[in-house]
Amino acid sequence: MNGPINLDRRQVLAGGGALIVSFSLHGTQAQEQSGSTASALPKPPGSLKTAPYLDSWLRIEADGSVTVFSGKAELGQGFKTAFQQIAAEQLDVPFASLKVITADTGLTANEGYTSGSHSMQDSGTAILNAAAQARALLVAEAARRFELPADALRTEHGVVIASDGRRLTYGELVADGMLHVEAQPTSPLKDPATFTVMGQPIPRVDIPAKVTGGQAYVQDMRLPGMVHARVVRPPSYGAQLTACDTAAVETMPGVVKVVRDGNFLAVVADKEFRAVKAMNALAAAATWQETARLPSQDDVADVLLGLQSQDSVIFERAGAAAAGGKTSLEATYTRPYQSHGSIGPSCAVAQQAGDRMTVWTHTQGVYPDRQAIAEMLRVPPAKVRCIHVEGSGCYGHNGADDVAADAALIARAIPGTPVRVQWMREQEHAWEPFGPAMVTKLKASLGADGKIADWNFEVWSNTHSMRPGGAGSLLAAQHMAQPFDVPAPKPLPLPEGGGDRNAIPIYTFPNARIVHHFVPEMPLRISAMRSLGAYHNVFSIESFMDELAKVAGADPVEFRLSHLDDVRGREVIAKAAERFGWAKTQKPPRDRGYGFAFARYKNLAAYCAIASEVEVNRETGRARLVRAVAAVDSGQVVNPDGLTNQIEGAIVQSASWTLFESVSFDDRRITSIDWQTYPILRFDAVPDSIEVHIINRPGQPFLGSGETGQGPAAASIANAIANATGKRLRNLPLTRKRIKDAIDA
Amino acid sequence: MMTLHVNGRDHQIDAEPDTPLLYVLRGDLKLNAAKFGCGLGQCGSCTVIVDGKAVLSCVTPILLLQGKQVTTLEGLGSAADPAPIQRAFMEEQAAQCGYCIAGMMMRGQALLMRNSKPSDAEIRAELGSHLCRCGTHMRILRAIHRTARLMDSAKLSTTAGSAP
Repeated sequence: MNGPINLDRRQVLAGGGALIVSFSLHGTQAQEQSGSTASALPKPPGSLKTAPYLDSWLRIEADGSVTVFSGKAELGQGFKTAFQQIAAEQLDVPFASLKVITADTGLTANEGYTSGSHSMQDSGTAILNAAAQARALLVAEAARRFELPADALRTEHGVVIASDGRRLTYGELVADGMLHVEAQPTSPLKDPATFTVMGQPIPRVDIPAKVTGGQAYVQDMRLPGMVHARVVRPPSYGAQLTACDTAAVETMPGVVKVVRDGNFLAVVADKEFRAVKAMNALAAAATWQETARLPSQDDVADVLLGLQSQDSVIFERAGAAAAGGKTSLEATYTRPYQSHGSIGPSCAVAQQAGDRMTVWTHTQGVYPDRQAIAEMLRVPPAKVRCIHVEGSGCYGHNGADDVAADAALIARAIPGTPVRVQWMREQEHAWEPFGPAMVTKLKASLGADGKIADWNFEVWSNTHSMRPGGAGSLLAAQHMAQPFDVPAPKPLPLPEGGGDRNAIPIYTFPNARIVHHFVPEMPLRISAMRSLGAYHNVFSIESFMDELAKVAGADPVEFRLSHLDDVRGREVIAKAAERFGWAKTQKPPRDRGYGFAFARYKNLAAYCAIASEVEVNRETGRARLVRAVAAVDSGQVVNPDGLTNQIEGAIVQSASWTLFESVSFDDRRITSIDWQTYPILRFDAVPDSIEVHIINRPGQPFLGSGETGQGPAAASIANAIANATGKRLRNLPLTRKRIKDAIDA
Repeated sequence: MMTLHVNGRDHQIDAEPDTPLLYVLRGDLKLNAAKFGCGLGQCGSCTVIVDGKAVLSCVTPILLLQGKQVTTLEGLGSAADPAPIQRAFMEEQAAQCGYCIAGMMMRGQALLMRNSKPSDAEIRAELGSHLCRCGTHMRILRAIHRTARLMDSAKLSTTAGSAP
């Protein structure tokens, strides 16, 4: 019996503590509880809706130590620290005394995917309320023992203190089952004015290990007896393995096994570089029949427009008949396929022990991944445990789930032995599911008053999520001798949407019509990439707003404000403009331009406005973001430095997408397979300065902020380039060549 | 068997001579900091210091390292006793996912060993071969500037190998 594999939930959770988490009593299904018993009451907030027991979120030991559980996975954005702050604040325990355990199908609630800027809203809100309610239960217990009213008691550092000085620690108060109660719809939250931990820039708990060589990633895992595997992927989508003589590879130094299952091919060796060498030999020994027919990379927009689509009008407003649009404007914007481009190729460790499979993975969803892997292995989900361990930043659905499936399939072939698999750079680049190409067509008219009288917006896009649920989403399952079919793509429902995310403008126009053309056929493998369709839709809307403002002869900031009713949105715009020094009369230095853009992510998460200064080299066409000033409102701020870090990162990452990035391919193969063929932003393109100004909203709900900056950053750069050159670029990326061609045109 | 000098100690290594240093550091010596990013020398996440210079360990076979001093991030300091550059990266919170950071730090350390007061342009140029995907660049730059100030004010000597 190997420790990590055969951990019995009951043993783990019972281990010496006074409180036993509900899962130990209710088994695996407990986390998927629906909370149906509270049907008559309003539902509790955040993920308490689906996992209502307080002890799904918090455990207090007899020694007073506190463990917080989240079903969300730390993706390098620092929310593990934020969760710890929230729990410490609401429970009134020292920050350092808490431990946070994340995404593990053996230990935590099922919170689905860690995506869509939902972690703070879902899990953060659940922890906030669970901690506040747990504190109230502890106080009530102390009141009972002290025979005092609860309001005669206060809490401090994990102790309940009576007005007469008597004290009881949480560990003394906690009793078996005390937190095994369903959450109430409302919680006795602390007054934000009294916060000492929430709202503070507490240093992240994961950074010390990351800057000193501590074990921080799944890539760093070393289990006893662990072997290393590498996969040989087909050269192109759909390629069939017609011949492969593995004999020579099997005799190479250190090679443990060659694993072949249909078109799935892998090799296992005792040491990692021996696995790499064997992989190269195996690839050379394999003969593939290629069948892929990829569209022409230069015609992707035409291809999308030419494919069958399912069309739906997602928003329509017919207000007062426009008094005859004075001026009409039309424009088409495009986005290419783009890569997540994780710096560390995806990696996983798996071990089969008896009939149990354990997979350590940097997946964004341990439960859906478990479901998919179990289906692939044709075993019940209860036989598979997925444990999240941090990986390199993923920015959406990269190779994480696929490599987890690779590891599981290989580990099944060598029972008992832990197997570590990491993809090679070219595998990550060629096989990860890309951010989908998109096309938007916009048409608007300006009334005699210089305001937008009518607005038409159409977007063509594939789905933005092919994430697992079923095995067919996993490459290994697609490549097996008995393969699983790729599931049919589905549009993601509004209000969050997929290709139509942020397609509905936040501005108020008297007449508006928004059409989503959902394109089911996917010429390239695609899935969720950070901010989904919002990146391109915000780029399109906010570019077009500038085009219209120019025709109207209006200042871009003033033009936006004149169409925006949302008060918080207006404040964010005003803050960014003010801190940038935006002025109607501004005139940038020669070859520089100023640009502005704004969005509220998904029209329901954080607000972000960005003002940019860009310099353009007219000789080379090279554009560089020089300065960006952002304002953000993400509701109640838990960790201001963490929020700033997210927005700074969004601006730089989006500058990279916007100025440099597109996946390339020929008629068969993906040809952008490393950092030379898929260039991204380097230090020579890093801005001189980025400022982030936060508008805090104490007591307001958390609004996810991990993806709010990408769309506005793209549009503000495009608008600044237009301001600098007088030329409007509508096809992403805004490369040096495109800018040069526009200048020369 | 060959002898490799890593972080001030000799290690007997049983690996094929064409094995890139990165795999020996991670596999044989169980050091975490140097990361596999591309295996092509394009991203910098595997960077370590060899005889005072920043080297891409993913494309450097161990046969070239006989008699040389290899320093990894672990050799600079620890979470409990951080080197100036580690302290600076903590104080600036200069990471998101952090996967690229160890390589950035080693390149920054090598720069500061030969130029204790680099300009912003010099730091940017030095890091030109390194990629970060989270967009943590502004913080990385601030952290290296801060390191220079920390080293200067404390007059701390570096521990990473001998100056060239």
